[in-house]
Amino acid sequence: MSGYVAIFSARFRTLLQYRAAAVAGLTTQVFWGFIRVMIFTAFYASSSTPQPLSVSQVITYTWLSQAMFRLLPWGVDLEIRQMIRSGSVAYEMLRPLDTYTLWLTRGIALHAAPTLLRALPMLPAALLLFGMQPPVSAAAFAAWLTSLAAALLLSSAMSTLMAILMLWTVSGEGIGRLMMIAMGVLSGMFIPLPLFPDWAQSVLAVLPYRGLVDIPHRLYLGDLAPSALPGLLLFQGVWIAAYVAAGRWLLAVGSKRLVVQGG
Amino acid sequence: MRHVLVEDLRKTFRVAERDPGMVGALRGVVRRRHRDVQALDGVSFAMDAGELVGYIGPNGAGKSTTVKVLSGILVPDSGQCEVLGRTPWRQRREHVRNIGVVFGQRTQLWWDLPVVESFELLRDIYRVPPAEYAERRDEVIALLTLEPLLDTPVRQLSLGQRMRCDLAAALLHSPSLLFLDEPTIGLDAVAKLAVRDFIQRLNRERGVTVILTTHDLDDIEALCSRVMVIGAGSILFDGTVQGLRDHAGSERRLTVDLADANGTIEDPSATVVSQEGRRVQVRFDPDETPTPELIARIVAKHPVRDLFVESPPIEEIIARLYGQDYA
Repeated sequence: MSGYVAIFSARFRTLLQYRAAAVAGLTTQVFWGFIRVMIFTAFYASSSTPQPLSVSQVITYTWLSQAMFRLLPWGVDLEIRQMIRSGSVAYEMLRPLDTYTLWLTRGIALHAAPTLLRALPMLPAALLLFGMQPPVSAAAFAAWLTSLAAALLLSSAMSTLMAILMLWTVSGEGIGRLMMIAMGVLSGMFIPLPLFPDWAQSVLAVLPYRGLVDIPHRLYLGDLAPSALPGLLLFQGVWIAAYVAAGRWLLAVGSKRLVVQGG
Repeated sequence: MRHVLVEDLRKTFRVAERDPGMVGALRGVVRRRHRDVQALDGVSFAMDAGELVGYIGPNGAGKSTTVKVLSGILVPDSGQCEVLGRTPWRQRREHVRNIGVVFGQRTQLWWDLPVVESFELLRDIYRVPPAEYAERRDEVIALLTLEPLLDTPVRQLSLGQRMRCDLAAALLHSPSLLFLDEPTIGLDAVAKLAVRDFIQRLNRERGVTVILTTHDLDDIEALCSRVMVIGAGSILFDGTVQGLRDHAGSERRLTVDLADANGTIEDPSATVVSQEGRRVQVRFDPDETPTPELIARIVAKHPVRDLFVESPPIEEIIARLYGQDYA
């Protein structure tokens, strides 16, 4: 087993142990899901103008995004944060591994494990009980899964970049907060992106955030055709490459000026 | 064979400063002040294969910075450094494959995993072949008596147990050079002896080159033939432990237990260093006043229960190198 795979699986297994956190998170996500569904239903009932998505599509989008909530880079890996604060980050540099790849690996585990823990019980429940629709076709389902994998990589590259920025700011809270709000709005996590006004669409289309939520879930709905998948993957891929390049560059600069905390 | 060669290593840190209190905090928001700290100010030394060198100095003297540069974590501002034929920070990945590092104040084990799983992770990270790993693991487990600890999660280990596991973890990939940064810090006497004994065997039987930084001078006296003293970023002394003693001059200490609880010692060639109840310690120069002569004089003047002569403790010798008064 390569070093990266070994660390991924150790981290993944550790994260799967946080069952209490998963139950709490699950409850919260279901609760907010219902509130969002009610708001959207009321909004659709009071509006006579035709909308880009139907009510049932919006409900499905909502449950998908609630279930995949933890796929988004909501903050810096707690473990990396503690390592930087305490100075144990020195041991990361002592591994015969590429530090960027190592941190990206940690990032993937950080997002994959809690997402699986929450999505596996939540999606069946939403399908059976909460009015979520199944995927429009097998092709749409396959496109959704593929695009989700790219979203996982994109999210991990984003949180890795945030972790690296902590080499400069130590605490990292500030960056996290700012990033969270922007990302929540611009990804489609709070409101599906097709519902945004036309003038916003051209901006949203070029920003990386729609690659986290909007692209995969609209593929599931069939609102984006499975045949559009290669182009969409290219979009996600370009942004992944951009985040990886920025992270690698910053890490190279950062390790030259590294100060190991606490002697 | 040369294992370590360091020439004129320099490293400066910028430290942000702010005044204490609310006013200071607010001022810090508007304008940050920085201070440059010269952690390494031209450090040079060389080490041969199989040496066990003690590296000592007060807090902030540059010990840990040196270790971090040598292990490839920090990049120095200037200077040359070759460890096992490589420049640590330029060829970091190949370099760290061949060294072992233990930072006494931190652990490299996975906090939530049983010890043995941490070992297996390290096997994968360092790509140790399975047969070699098994042999090496059994060896360190036997040497450090880790068998009963293997299935315990690291967070439940005592400090002494954790340190033994950390030592084992640093050796699984058979490094030929070992950096130990305060490996006995915070350990009780028994654990300290176990760690010391292990380091000694490693060095003698396996020929592992060891650099040991410590505040515990007993470690140095027990283990090291050679000692380097660093202060304010430069090497103040590099030689044998005996050489370090000689450096301090010929001073001796005479400790006397007086029969009279309120007695003192007065002698023109002896200076009182300390007095606690009946026990009085004086210092004198045996080149000026031969030891038997001084003892004869004191015994003649004061009723004495017991007395003994010793060299000044190594702490004091080192403190003198730093130019501070130890008393």
